[in-house]
Amino acid sequence: MADPTVTVNEMKIREVDFNPEFISRMIPRIEWKALYEAALSLDVVGNLSPELITDYEKDEDFLKEAHRVLMEVEVIKGFLICPESGRKFPIENGIPNMLLNEGEVGDGPAQSEALQEDDSMQ
Amino acid sequence: MNQEVSQLFPTPDFSHLSENDFQDVYEPAEDSFLLLDALEQEAESLNSLRPLICVEVGCGSGIVITFLKKLLSSQCVCLAVDSNHKATSSTVKTADQNKAQVEAVTSDLLGNLQPRIEGKIDVLVFNPPYVVTPPEEVRCPGLPSSWAGGVNGRQVTDRLLSDVHRLLSPSGVFYLITIRENKPDEIRQMLKDRGLESTVIIERKAGPERLNVIKFQRRISAVT
Ligand SMILES: C[S@@+](CC[C@H](N)C(=O)[O-])C[C@H]1O[C@@H](n2cnc3c(N)ncnc32)[C@H](O)[C@@H]1O
Repeated sequence: MADPTVTVNEMKIREVDFNPEFISRMIPRIEWKALYEAALSLDVVGNLSPELITDYEKDEDFLKEAHRVLMEVEVIKGFLICPESGRKFPIENGIPNMLLNEGEVGDGPAQSEALQEDDSMQ
Repeated sequence: MNQEVSQLFPTPDFSHLSENDFQDVYEPAEDSFLLLDALEQEAESLNSLRPLICVEVGCGSGIVITFLKKLLSSQCVCLAVDSNHKATSSTVKTADQNKAQVEAVTSDLLGNLQPRIEGKIDVLVFNPPYVVTPPEEVRCPGLPSSWAGGVNGRQVTDRLLSDVHRLLSPSGVFYLITIRENKPDEIRQMLKDRGLESTVIIERKAGPERLNVIKFQRRISAVT
């Protein structure tokens, strides 16, 4: 169940209005460890805390860093890599392509088997 | 006056997409516009949910997710998936064109994203390939996969339906387009057995198709 790692060829920092209330509500829905590791592999850790702190909703600096990594960092070109299978999913023009084979649209067993093979990605 | 009201949530501009794009990507049609009307009708109730994560499966040109993003007054993450990479790139263009922020992922339904997003989707929208076709047409690459639904027009829809109850957040809602041939009552019963209540919120006849939008949400007692 390990998280995919990211390799990046092109990255963009976009400016998004900081909304502390939104970030506070988002944090419980994200896996902090995964966010931190993604930030590490993209080299954008900055002052992002490796652990989720208690009372984060009152800590503006903490929320600002979460906002930066969560909302402002955009991978334009690179790969998501499944740590177990080594399978690479390309990111082009900011859009990750998670299809196992180009053009694949499944509707039955063949597809679900293919997906199970890649369970490690999850 | 009426004019002003309907201009509150205008149809997203998709004039940047050409005939050429629509060779590969589903061109907004009656079903797309019915979904926009349904969402507009739901604007107040959607905003009262203060959704954080909204997802459209099968985003095509991107007009629906762009419209949803513009309709919501509080900040949220809007994610659009489509198995056609030309659709996801059109979606990003449509979002940009209308100054909306939408994240797109090319994927077969929610694919590998599913485990991460389970129980977290506040608003889920799907205008599926719903046309009754021979089963093998569903796998056809290219434009046929935007409408070919196979047996009962349900082959793609059913794969998502079996996961919807797991995908939605406690207060999450799901909007689905169906036509009569999809046996909407059977779909509603199927999801009812998994704890989701439903209502038909809008119906329209478009040529030979009888389209409707069904809204699903957890039974109140199930939300605790
Ligand atoms: C009827 S079109 C709707 C397009 C757009 N949402 C609209 O309302 O105009 C259905 C869309 O679902 C996409 N689709 C079909 N099968 C899919 C699958 N297995 N996973 C993801 N998207 C799929 C098609 O590529 C197409 O863009």
